[in-house]
Amino acid sequence: MTESAAEPRPPADERLIVTSPVKRLLTRPDIGALVGAVAVFLFFSWFARDVNWIGDPAIAAGWADQAAQYGIVAVPVALLMIGGEFDLSAGVMIGSSGLLLGYLTTHAHMNVWPAIAIVLLFGVAVGVLNGVTVIKTRLPSFIVTLATFFVLQGVNAAGTLKLTGTTAIQDIDSAHGYNSAHAIFASELTRWAFPAKVLWWIGLTIVGAWLLAKARFGNWIYGAGGDPTSSRNVGVPVARTKLLLFVMTSGTAALMGTIEAIELRSMQSKEGIGLEFIFIICAVVGGCLLTGGYGSVIGTAFGAAMLGMVQLGIIDAQWDSNWTYTFQGAILFAAVILNTLIRSRAQRVR
Amino acid sequence: MTEQPHLLETQDITKYYGNIVALRGVSMHVDPGEVTCILGDNGAGKSSLIKILSGVQQHDGGHVLVDGEEVRFNSPRDARSRGIATVYQDLAMVPLMSIWRNFFLGAEPMKKRGPLRFFDAGLARATVRKELAAMGIDVRDPDQPVGTLSGGERQSVAIARAVHFGARVLILDEPTSALGVKQAGVVLRYIVQARDRGVAVIFITHNPHHAYPVGNRFVILNRGECLGTFDKKEIDRQELVRMMAGGSELAELEHELEGIVPPG
Repeated sequence: MTESAAEPRPPADERLIVTSPVKRLLTRPDIGALVGAVAVFLFFSWFARDVNWIGDPAIAAGWADQAAQYGIVAVPVALLMIGGEFDLSAGVMIGSSGLLLGYLTTHAHMNVWPAIAIVLLFGVAVGVLNGVTVIKTRLPSFIVTLATFFVLQGVNAAGTLKLTGTTAIQDIDSAHGYNSAHAIFASELTRWAFPAKVLWWIGLTIVGAWLLAKARFGNWIYGAGGDPTSSRNVGVPVARTKLLLFVMTSGTAALMGTIEAIELRSMQSKEGIGLEFIFIICAVVGGCLLTGGYGSVIGTAFGAAMLGMVQLGIIDAQWDSNWTYTFQGAILFAAVILNTLIRSRAQRVR
Repeated sequence: MTEQPHLLETQDITKYYGNIVALRGVSMHVDPGEVTCILGDNGAGKSSLIKILSGVQQHDGGHVLVDGEEVRFNSPRDARSRGIATVYQDLAMVPLMSIWRNFFLGAEPMKKRGPLRFFDAGLARATVRKELAAMGIDVRDPDQPVGTLSGGERQSVAIARAVHFGARVLILDEPTSALGVKQAGVVLRYIVQARDRGVAVIFITHNPHHAYPVGNRFVILNRGECLGTFDKKEIDRQELVRMMAGGSELAELEHELEGIVPPG
């Protein structure tokens, strides 16, 4: 009741409004993605009700397969975007890596496991090339990786044709060690045939989210993307952080190429092309800003789930599958609008 | 007669950018518990001097001494490891990151659990709250993005951060220039607090009215050259203002700012 408080506190700012927990939740970048994924799920539970969209686990296995296809590489792409850079070569790298694995096993007659090691090293090498070029030339990564994309696209098509006379490398399953590799990368789980890559997707998402939230490296990613100059000034190794992000992206694309080559037993020379934009859509749905410094790996996983459901839902609803692109575009647009709102909220409303 | 070496000292520092002379023979020093003010108008060479002292750039001539020992900083990390922390004018913080992430950016406290090494977020949050409270700053929420703080609050957080990390020398690059009168007063108070905790402060400003109340020593730069170094007892405020800009119009400002800062 007395006026004399034990410790003098600065007067509360009368301009501060008390924010409700709901409003604070809305400043989190991954909430929008979760809401969107639920909305798309409900949407197709109505329009694809004939195939029992909600009740049949085999249907879920179908869209989860597609979501994993997008979500695995989307994890490092999201981290890279939060770190302030793009990688447009992430899609074509899946094809390059798968084709390299195909070449090493069917033409160079290597065992699958050392071939996989070489493919992953190839992924690291391309990441180093992208990263070093971006850091040394200070060119936008958008342009540098676009160049990598086109170079690899040409190599994939011309190389495959020269090697096989066709547009694909076949019979990867004839290689030594294929069965054990198949068990790790492409086995079917449960009686509804969830592909192993769904586990890879979930695992990588957990690792990525952990890195971003709990590791020192995560803090550096936010800093490098949010404000590289001040981050450098306080001692963050910005160049090393970005280089590592490029390596993670290309390396994960190489892993994805391995998974696909083992799963499909063959590799098309056009594989992966176009996916680079899908990865970016996933990351944007996950709250990643094009300007860097903000975003969520969990949200990106919701984005991948959303796009996977769209891909399969349109087929299950028996619509023309060309509408998929329109849906993807609409989702991207909605996500960007939402991100802008969330960011201004994060910066102002409290 | 051996004299105690200064904590940080420059002797005849020279810096060129191509054929432009940015600094010519600038000498200054600072000791623990003191504030040395570097005064000068735009283009006087203040920024070049800070960049050399903070390791962002290297000097072309002259000497930099820490505790009497000649040093050359090749990177900001280098300078920091010598206990020299710099708070930049507008580059102190990443706006989209929370206060606690910003506070520990580049110097994250780690916690071990099994083979994994965590960024200890709990410790970071608690430390931020404690350190800011010690400087009289009431953080509503350490998770708040720095972009939501006012300019003065941001500077204060940056100063608290530097002091927390054991800065022996704190270089402040125009900390008050973008601020309103009241906010500038808040920042000046934190400068005095840092000084009283035994930190050597180098306060760069173009505003003699901000410098005079807190400074022990004034170094006046003009077009890359040192116009003179004065102890507080050798110079009064009017003289300082005149030295700096011959300022007739600046005299008007004086009234505006009078009395916002108690004499340090």
